[in-house]
Amino acid sequence: MPAIKFRGVDFIEFDTLLNDDERLVRDTARKFIEENLVPIIEECNRAGRFPRELVKPMADLGFFGASLNGYGCAGMSNVEYGLVTQELERGDSGVRSFVSVQSALVMYPIYAFGCDEQKLKWLPAMQKGEKLGCFGLTEPGFGSNPGGMRTRARKVGNEYVLNGEKMWITSGTIADVAVIWAKVENENDKVRGFLVETDRPGFKADDIHGKWSLRASVTSGLSLQDVHIPEANLLPKSGGLKSPLMCLNQARYGISWGAIGAAMACYDCALQYSMLRKQFRDQPIASHQLVQEKLAWMISEITKAQLLVLQVGRLKDANKVQHQHISMAKRNNVWMALECARLSRDILGANGVADDYPIMRHLMNLESVKTYEGTHDIHTLIIGASVTGIDAF
Amino acid sequence: MKILVCMKQVPQKDAPLKLNEAGTWIREDVSYEVNEPDAFALEEALRQKEKHSGEVVAITAGPTRASQVLREALAKGADRAIHLEDNGFVGLDAYNTARAIAAAIKDEKFDLIFTGLQSDDYGYAQTGVILAQILGLPHATIIMQIEKNDSGVRVKRELEAGFFQFVDMPLPAVLTIQSGINKLRYATLIGIKQAKTKPLRKVTMAEVQSAMGINLQKIEKMYIPEKSKNTQFIDGPPGEIAKKLVEKLKNELRVI
Repeated sequence: MPAIKFRGVDFIEFDTLLNDDERLVRDTARKFIEENLVPIIEECNRAGRFPRELVKPMADLGFFGASLNGYGCAGMSNVEYGLVTQELERGDSGVRSFVSVQSALVMYPIYAFGCDEQKLKWLPAMQKGEKLGCFGLTEPGFGSNPGGMRTRARKVGNEYVLNGEKMWITSGTIADVAVIWAKVENENDKVRGFLVETDRPGFKADDIHGKWSLRASVTSGLSLQDVHIPEANLLPKSGGLKSPLMCLNQARYGISWGAIGAAMACYDCALQYSMLRKQFRDQPIASHQLVQEKLAWMISEITKAQLLVLQVGRLKDANKVQHQHISMAKRNNVWMALECARLSRDILGANGVADDYPIMRHLMNLESVKTYEGTHDIHTLIIGASVTGIDAF
Repeated sequence: MKILVCMKQVPQKDAPLKLNEAGTWIREDVSYEVNEPDAFALEEALRQKEKHSGEVVAITAGPTRASQVLREALAKGADRAIHLEDNGFVGLDAYNTARAIAAAIKDEKFDLIFTGLQSDDYGYAQTGVILAQILGLPHATIIMQIEKNDSGVRVKRELEAGFFQFVDMPLPAVLTIQSGINKLRYATLIGIKQAKTKPLRKVTMAEVQSAMGINLQKIEKMYIPEKSKNTQFIDGPPGEIAKKLVEKLKNELRVI
């Protein structure tokens, strides 16, 4: 069986809903991923290796902080940014996660909550990929309920002293700077964001080993023990849990597009495989009704997901998007992608579990994507709260 | 150096193609991309500009959708673009395409004009050569390498059977560029943004029509190879049958 090459997925002339720039951005990202990530990703996934060699090329193309303006950033629209994440995740969810964290969870909070000195210090270097970042919100005991966090900051003179543990932190051990969210003891435990250089005494990062998902990205635990940072490292405009949630909204929006990329990769692979693979009377399995049902389900759901996220993106570009819109896109599209991965794996039979094909990798990756940045269930409750006006959590 | 790059939008290489109803070409609902040798021609032009400074201008002839080719060229670093925009530019023969391009650039002076070696759709490999003739310029085809020198350029041509030829040429000149002669760059996201602000001149059919004539070549019929079964019995003594069989396999079926 020859290796299967991605051909793109567009059932209802979705491309006609995109303008020339949007298509060019998508095609450029697609070509880059096809030529630079696809050839090495299975090896990276097997070895549990982050392809750091792609940081510079991705930076050169402008993938980091792509939707921010100034500081060397490309100033992409939200739809253009989304199309980039779709293509990244068509390659691999782990590599897309790395870009999402660098862009939406580190550069964005510096851009939105930082002062000019912080922006000038970090954003150009991060855009160029010379400095990498990580985002510390989740803790060992607090995932869906970040408000319960135990990490504390205490103002002492003109310094803050940070103590706490962060867990499941993408890029933790490769980061130069961590955006750490902590409750400030002198401010009634208000949650605020801090820029913590990772070489400060008392800061420690260790990789989480043995994960069977997102193996091509780095996931770490962070420990902060009496880490002293100057008060200038406080993100001055951050205030309350709303600030990190604003970052997550950015990232979740990108994930909603990214999941479509993973789904497309699985669907297109399964479709091509089903035309080649023969079984019973020397007929391709694509001629079997049960296989067609799976393909029809997938292409329908991918198409619906594209329309959903495009509308959310258009709302975001018009500054009209609400967090519940993004929750719907993230919840639906990641679920859809995971189901596509499972159905595709099924169509490939035993071949579906081997890494000659990308499907099992996407399937394992998407199990994380379903959980992180607000679990599927939490997004259900956000939508529920939005339509009923009653919080169920 | 001022370099013009002629670029064409063609159906994507892996795109599933369907014939149009008239059976004269393919249906329009297909994905398009930059003709591959043209992409290398653009890259070579950008590299020459980076070495010797100057200007790179991209030109295409085709419907509105073909502007995508120019946008990509501008995003990669071309300075400006010219679009001969009309559905009538689809399906021209190489002579008319060359005449239209020549008319569109009549007020400009280029040191070099690049085209791709051939287009991935029609595959004529003639437009560049005819363009050179119309403009009265020397040309060379299947170019693998370009070195500027005091008297003009020294180019490396690809010949048959692994042979190469070096040709010294004066400027201005027309060169048709072979695929794979350099490594293509990607358009950067910032480049895509900046492309919007670069000049793009549109040329209508009316402006160049007087330079053009009727197509000397056109596609009458396009079809998917028809499969047919045809059984023939060869009679005669075994020696003669074998002889006839070999002749048929050699000359009719061309399998031996």
